[in-house]
Amino acid sequence: MSDMSSAEQWTHPEEGDLPPATAAKPTKDQVIAGLRATSEGGADLTQLLTPEGERVPSQIFDPYVADIDFEALRGLYKDMVIVRRADREANAMQRQGQLGIWVPLLGQEAAQIGSGRALRPNDMAFPSYREHGVGYARGVSFKEMLGLFRCTSMGEWDYQAHGFHPYTIVIGNQVLNATGYAMGQKFDGKVGDDDGEATIVYFGDGATSQGDVHEGFVWAAVYDAPVVFFCQNNQWAISEPTERQSRLPLYQRARGYGFPGIRVDGNDVLGCLAVTRWALEACRHGNGPVLIEAFTYRMDAHTTTDDPTRYRLSDEVETWKLKDPIERVRVYLTRNGGADASFFEQVEAEADEFAADLREFVFTMEDPPPERIFDNVYAEPSAALDKQREEFLAYLGGFEGGVH
Amino acid sequence: MSATTQPNVDVPASSTVQNLTIGKAINLGLRAAMEKDSKVVVMGEDVGKLGGVFRITDGLQKDFGEQRVLDTPLAESGIIGTAVGLAVRGFRPVCEIQFEGFIFPGFDQINSQVAKLHARTQGRIKVPMVIRVPYGGGIGAVEHHSESPESYFAHLAGVKAVTPSNPVDAYWMIQQAIFSDDPILVFEPKKLYHMGTLKAPVDTAAEPMPLFASKVLRTGTAATLVGYGPTVKLCLEVAEAAAEEGNELEVIDLRALSPMDLDPVFESVRKTGRLIAVSEAPSEASLTSEIAARVQQECFYSLEAPVLRVTAFDTPYPPSKLEEHYLPDLDRVLDAVDRSLEW
Repeated sequence: MSDMSSAEQWTHPEEGDLPPATAAKPTKDQVIAGLRATSEGGADLTQLLTPEGERVPSQIFDPYVADIDFEALRGLYKDMVIVRRADREANAMQRQGQLGIWVPLLGQEAAQIGSGRALRPNDMAFPSYREHGVGYARGVSFKEMLGLFRCTSMGEWDYQAHGFHPYTIVIGNQVLNATGYAMGQKFDGKVGDDDGEATIVYFGDGATSQGDVHEGFVWAAVYDAPVVFFCQNNQWAISEPTERQSRLPLYQRARGYGFPGIRVDGNDVLGCLAVTRWALEACRHGNGPVLIEAFTYRMDAHTTTDDPTRYRLSDEVETWKLKDPIERVRVYLTRNGGADASFFEQVEAEADEFAADLREFVFTMEDPPPERIFDNVYAEPSAALDKQREEFLAYLGGFEGGVH
Repeated sequence: MSATTQPNVDVPASSTVQNLTIGKAINLGLRAAMEKDSKVVVMGEDVGKLGGVFRITDGLQKDFGEQRVLDTPLAESGIIGTAVGLAVRGFRPVCEIQFEGFIFPGFDQINSQVAKLHARTQGRIKVPMVIRVPYGGGIGAVEHHSESPESYFAHLAGVKAVTPSNPVDAYWMIQQAIFSDDPILVFEPKKLYHMGTLKAPVDTAAEPMPLFASKVLRTGTAATLVGYGPTVKLCLEVAEAAAEEGNELEVIDLRALSPMDLDPVFESVRKTGRLIAVSEAPSEASLTSEIAARVQQECFYSLEAPVLRVTAFDTPYPPSKLEEHYLPDLDRVLDAVDRSLEW
């Protein structure tokens, strides 16, 4: 079989060489180990902190985390613990019927906190619908994000102030929207030096099959848009593994569009921070776009409506538990004297408090009034909708006590 | 079809009045909007150097540069989807879809983002973008170049739609749409773009009529004809022919497709008691269905005959050698008028 990392070999094959048509098929051993052919990082995987908590030096990327001392790393650790705790609380609240649905981020804390903390206030992030960690890093309150999942709103945080676009549920749509936004940053003259602006857009491995993602790559490439395509490859698009989306590792697709693609250990918060800062810097200077594939794992279900036991082995989940994004930071901090037991206890306590507060908030969230249906359909007044609203309210008012 | 048409009426150079085709009027409307606001950007396939396949954007890239008139990659979802991002950023993008039959790759973005963002965010995000869509048949084209898909978009809450039938509307509608804070589709009757006989004096200093208002073009008492875009011209010709037979028809140009301004139609029907709605789109679940439903609701006791519709058939657009049979024409509308009068 051809060496998959050699793109030249595909366009200029040696005699007797066949394209690696079956490259996407994992062996039985790979399946059990949770390492698919399209998911093998190998030498191309950028990693600064191993699952065992060992710091891996990197000539290219170390400068991008030179400012991350113990205190900053403790901050990232705390971010991840809080986000995970909030995620578990929300999951539990869905089970109790307090949320309509929950989209767990469990296992993806490092990818989201690392990349989210790499952004500057003037940057813009376009999430999919699992990026609660990125939202948290952008200063959006978890409470504001829960309206969507309690189905009382569709998420109404201050997008401009936080630099965090609304969640986009249709797979891949936001990649084009983000690319257009980044084109606007460039047209506004905000690109070209250290102070430049950039955009980051989040999507998953499944989304890479969408036409909008392809078109986003094309547009960004031909307009040199300052956009970082941040693909969280969590190995599963609901029940479909990555080899149902691609023959080759996803980051290698960038080559076909003519911009850099890089695979980072998505469970390594330091690696994600460094690589995203590096990519954003390229964009700020007008050298975008960049594709980042954060190689991670969806430890829980796709959503609370999903049952992963139908399509994946628990062995795989167990394997990935050993690569936990939080545990490796704890080990590193502990082993190197960056934090003591009291710090970890303190963080746990704060996370519990955070979750309790969230819980209390959700339990008291009120349903919006019925006339909310008609609000803000258009920016400008609509006589036709005003009429429908009036008729509807008059109808409602006809019930005793005004309650249907 | 000629891409450019010279004015056939002399007007003083200093005048604000120009004698224009619909196509040229849109071109000048775009130019006026771009001059007024540097955030207006035109984007689409071949809209730059070529000036668009219909030359509607002719000369704009030359004068406003490649950053304001973008020759985009060839993908409609990309055009709409990136325009959304530009609009969120504060631009006012004007997208050109080359032919209506190619809008469907962009339908997802129009339905899921363009139409929903304002409501989703409860007004925090506005999407002030325009999607220009040449539509309609009668040009002897191959498949996908002659359709009338406006009903899909009228059905869609969150976007609005208008269509000009004459150069004056063409000049103003595009500007009003661009400066609206809502996303608006402008359906442009491509058959009429360069039709010299439709040339009309456009006063660029005049006060435009409201964007979302229908207009009575001809008054009459025998029956009411309502059309829009390409069928307005037809309705006026029908009224002319009917007048020769002694039947004065009222003709209304719908102008706004979503939301429709039907009050003038109701008022007219209360007077005439008869309505014939004329459209190039298939009839099933269409704008003419909507007109019929609402007129029977509002004018039930005034109706002397059922609302009749003269439309395309509920088939795919046929090979264009057959389009004269497929599209409403003078005889079919006159036949409907007769049926209504004889009811």
